[in-house]
Amino acid sequence: MSEVVLNCGYVPLVDCAPLVIAKELGFAAEQGLALNLLRQPSWSALRDMLALGHLDAAHMLSPMPVAMSIGMGGLPARVDALMVLSVNGTVFGVSNAVASALENVRFGDTTALLSGLSARGAKPLRVGIPFHYSMHRLLLSYWAAQAPDLQIEEVTVPPMRMADAVSDGFVDAFWVGEPWGGVAVQNNVAKLMMAGRDVWQFAPEKVLAARHEWATQNEDSVRRLMRAVYQASAWLDAPGNKPLAVEILGRSEHLSMSPDLIDPALTGHIVPRTGASPVTVDRFLQFHSHAASFPWRSQAAWIAHHLGADAAGIEKAKTCFRADLFRQNLSDIGADMPQSSEKTEGAMMFPTSVASARGEMILSPDAFFDGRTFDFTAAVR
Amino acid sequence: MNADLRILVVEPNPERVRDIVDALREAGWSDVKALLQMSELNQTVREFSPDIVLIDLTNPDRDTLEHISHATETTKRAVALFVDQTDENLTQAALNAGVSAYVVDGLQMDRIKPVLQTAIARFKMMRQFHFELNAAKQALEDRKTIDRAKGILMRQRGMSEDDAYKLLRTTAMRQNRKVIDVAQALVTAADLLS
Repeated sequence: MSEVVLNCGYVPLVDCAPLVIAKELGFAAEQGLALNLLRQPSWSALRDMLALGHLDAAHMLSPMPVAMSIGMGGLPARVDALMVLSVNGTVFGVSNAVASALENVRFGDTTALLSGLSARGAKPLRVGIPFHYSMHRLLLSYWAAQAPDLQIEEVTVPPMRMADAVSDGFVDAFWVGEPWGGVAVQNNVAKLMMAGRDVWQFAPEKVLAARHEWATQNEDSVRRLMRAVYQASAWLDAPGNKPLAVEILGRSEHLSMSPDLIDPALTGHIVPRTGASPVTVDRFLQFHSHAASFPWRSQAAWIAHHLGADAAGIEKAKTCFRADLFRQNLSDIGADMPQSSEKTEGAMMFPTSVASARGEMILSPDAFFDGRTFDFTAAVR
Repeated sequence: MNADLRILVVEPNPERVRDIVDALREAGWSDVKALLQMSELNQTVREFSPDIVLIDLTNPDRDTLEHISHATETTKRAVALFVDQTDENLTQAALNAGVSAYVVDGLQMDRIKPVLQTAIARFKMMRQFHFELNAAKQALEDRKTIDRAKGILMRQRGMSEDDAYKLLRTTAMRQNRKVIDVAQALVTAADLLS
């Protein structure tokens, strides 16, 4: 098997871990893949580099390929999500000033937090988000829509500047991926109020993206890449591997972050405020278990719907989450996967058993905080 | 030809800003504004309303700029950012994809002019394209309205299609209005009365 060289872009966040592990632990090499990991300064730069063919694949915010496939935002390029890289893993936090009025709100209490923030008065809450086409923004709007009195002003702030943006008073709150929420707490400038999963228990956060055309022309490379990343994800989610994973990621030149910043996201022990003891957040960040890496077409549909797409746009979006490639490329390495490629998003309040390729498998709860469900199987809604 | 072009340079390093602004002026672009502080980006983009924004590819604030462009109608502005290095292919690919360029790596000022010129030409072409697309869409809409107005006249007054159109046209001429305006008024009135 001759070696294939792939350029893969990423933004330094804890959830790019499957790519780093695939490279560092040799899962890529096992597939005959030389994986070049190229750090990108911003999501727009990453998108452009991917669209222009400078990158073969990339760690991407899940709404980005959906937005591009329905003709929104930036370059008109057809980009697919080969698989989901991570589920959940983000936090919402507020500045110390805002937090002082929310003393009685328990971490993860989405509704109490909404009423607390609504009671703040008429001034809009300036919330820092990393990118316009992000799950952060979609979850923020979805959640805040429940409180008509709460005015939100979204401000895009690069994740690594989020802590500074809070301490400068540039934003009152933020929704960001780890470790940047943890950094704000470490700097004693913010209090974390909830995790992304408190709003949606199973939100596809990052995907492994590639140009549609490239994926079609490079079947073999795609196959190797997906297999390597899948195995890395499985390794990452095995509880016994967490300490080692923290160690490897902490040493890796790809992240340049100290292990104590990486640990909370991987273990789900989130410290909400400087000096406080950590809260354990169940399924804070998932890479593999409960079909986390399976690109559900209904997830793409949910994203498209919340980006404002019409029925035709939603159908188009579904095709960019490549459940077909997942089945084609991972079935024979023992990956179990659901038999259906769509589900009613938000319908599972508890771990639920569903039909799978090997019999049955347990899926994670995927409920929304307000109990709504979304069925996109019907062609016309 | 370039005098009407407003260029905003986003760059935290004052020395580089000076070099870039000088290079732009030398190339004939004088309506240039430099921004060192990201916190003022939103306000500056809204007030200065640049035709082109130059920002280094490696600047993480690009995402913020995109958000602002998104909020302020991107099609009106060249989202002209980007690129450095010596990769001519990439620059060309970027230009073809509608992204313009920022070629200041190693302060190769001599390259600013040709690249910006290509970018601007490209931008103008895109703007023209959008304009034509909108015009085509509008023409189609107008046509539909006129057809509806003709239909109303044919039904209500038992006219032939030709006569209906003639009536619309003579009415428009008499009132010194456009046919589409008369047709629109008729359609609106019919909607109200039905």
